[in-house]
Amino acid sequence: MSGARELLRSERLCKNFGSLMAVRNVSLAINESEIHAIIGPNGAGKTTLLNVLSGELLPTSGLLIFADREVTGWTPDRLARAGLGRSFQHSSIFEDLTTFENVRLAAQVRLPSSMRFILSARRYQEITQRAEKILADLALSHLTATLAGEISHGEQRLLEVAMLSAIAPKLMLLDEPTSGMGKAETRELIEVLRRLAHEHTLVLVEHDMDVVFTLADRVTVLVNGAIMATGTPEEVRRNPGVRSAYLGERA
Amino acid sequence: MTPLALASPPLGLTVIRAAAATLVVAALVALPAFGSPFLVTQFSRVLIYAIFAMSLDLLVGYCGLVSLGHAAFFGIAAYVTALLSDKAEINNILITLPVSVAAAALGALVIGTLALRTSGVYFIMVTLAFAQMLYFVAQENAFFGGSDGILLLAPFRLGIGDSTWLSLGDRATRYCLILSMALLVLCFLSFLVRSPFGCVIRGIRSNERRMRALGYAVGRYKLICFVIAGAHAGLAGHLYVVLTSLADPSILDWLHSAQVLLMLIIGGIGTLIGPALGAFVLIVLTDQASELTEHWKLVVGVVVIALTLFSRGGIVGLARSGTASLFARKPS
Repeated sequence: MSGARELLRSERLCKNFGSLMAVRNVSLAINESEIHAIIGPNGAGKTTLLNVLSGELLPTSGLLIFADREVTGWTPDRLARAGLGRSFQHSSIFEDLTTFENVRLAAQVRLPSSMRFILSARRYQEITQRAEKILADLALSHLTATLAGEISHGEQRLLEVAMLSAIAPKLMLLDEPTSGMGKAETRELIEVLRRLAHEHTLVLVEHDMDVVFTLADRVTVLVNGAIMATGTPEEVRRNPGVRSAYLGERA
Repeated sequence: MTPLALASPPLGLTVIRAAAATLVVAALVALPAFGSPFLVTQFSRVLIYAIFAMSLDLLVGYCGLVSLGHAAFFGIAAYVTALLSDKAEINNILITLPVSVAAAALGALVIGTLALRTSGVYFIMVTLAFAQMLYFVAQENAFFGGSDGILLLAPFRLGIGDSTWLSLGDRATRYCLILSMALLVLCFLSFLVRSPFGCVIRGIRSNERRMRALGYAVGRYKLICFVIAGAHAGLAGHLYVVLTSLADPSILDWLHSAQVLLMLIIGGIGTLIGPALGAFVLIVLTDQASELTEHWKLVVGVVVIALTLFSRGGIVGLARSGTASLFARKPS
């Protein structure tokens, strides 16, 4: 645990909806350049936790520290600009824009400011080339001119990751990146994530245990909104509490 | 509705478009030479409303902000222009134009800051409420001429100091000024919607939550868009007073805002040129129909209903599906 530099830390994070405690006392530490998976049964509060970490939801109590700065209560856009980016479980893309324009618009956030009114967006070579490269890396180049709303579900999931990688965040929060994907597509995406992990820290909320155990350096198990165990995949797999609460149900 | 691709259309289509644009601009430039005085004034009005409609299209069609109070900024600039002329005897548009447009932009900054805290239907209602507030201020206040408004006697001019380079009391000169302004606005907004800023506001219309997650300070972009749209509406309001020498409360009425929204729907939302065409259709149709019958509203209503029923993208939508099928039939 110690040794590696900490990138994101939460301290006693809680999120209540009325009397429902969706996230309870979550103290989590994400180290730089690791792949950290968050697993748990349905309704364990994984997505709620992710929404709190990405600033979409305000925590009821607790602290959030990102890159040595306290960021509790920051808005999602401010967090993203600071280097904490996220993807969505249900593809959240620009359906009426082309696939290329989706990625280009994501890459454009790297301009110091988008308050530029005259020159065509296409003229910003660096941004355009970055978008082209990312589409090529993810084998989406053939869809460049297709509207994002018209590509297949699996391709939309890839596009979701492409947009996230276009903004080049220090830390990527990925909400079930493989949800609804076939076996072959999932394998493809695992390779993409492995490549992204060379340059980024990844936090992965995932249902698919194959994905978790082939990719993750560390795993956190969430049950009823609280952390039940954290450790290497091996440690977590051997944890008796986890076996009965979660993995056991599936065996 | 419209695909917001930046990709270039097929060459044949580009040629057709360029030819059509050249023809229209040539006809508009030549209009004072062959048109009747009535026609010149009518087209002055069409071009002013084209500016007004394009400015609203930036909000509605590109940023996804449906406003029912856009007449507020038209009205602010119109009243500022009229007051400058009436109270301070300033008729030089080198002064009245920038001052009135700045006033409209300032109004948009204030109203936008407050109204943009809401969204959707609430945004429509809040913008409507602000415009109606201004309507009653103008209507009930003697300073603004009450319900009669402010009627100006001296014509506007363009010049430095006491010199007059262009006298805008002259119908044709006035028309040329308005035409060049309208073309300038069309050019500027066409560039704007393709610029990085334009891409951001289209992204906001498409998926605001995602724009936030990508790191865009969405609120700031919306506000700047609102101010740019307000300033252009102000330009239209200023030219309106230059043309008609009148600023009265009816230009602040919500019906005035609704009328521009109608131009967008007729022409095709989110196309810029569509709303300009919509202004042309609605104004000419209204003028023609009201000459024929006192039930002209019925005629206008039927045409609008027919257009929205049979073409969801307005006139531009019709034209696009027309040319698309034309090109589809040709073997590639």
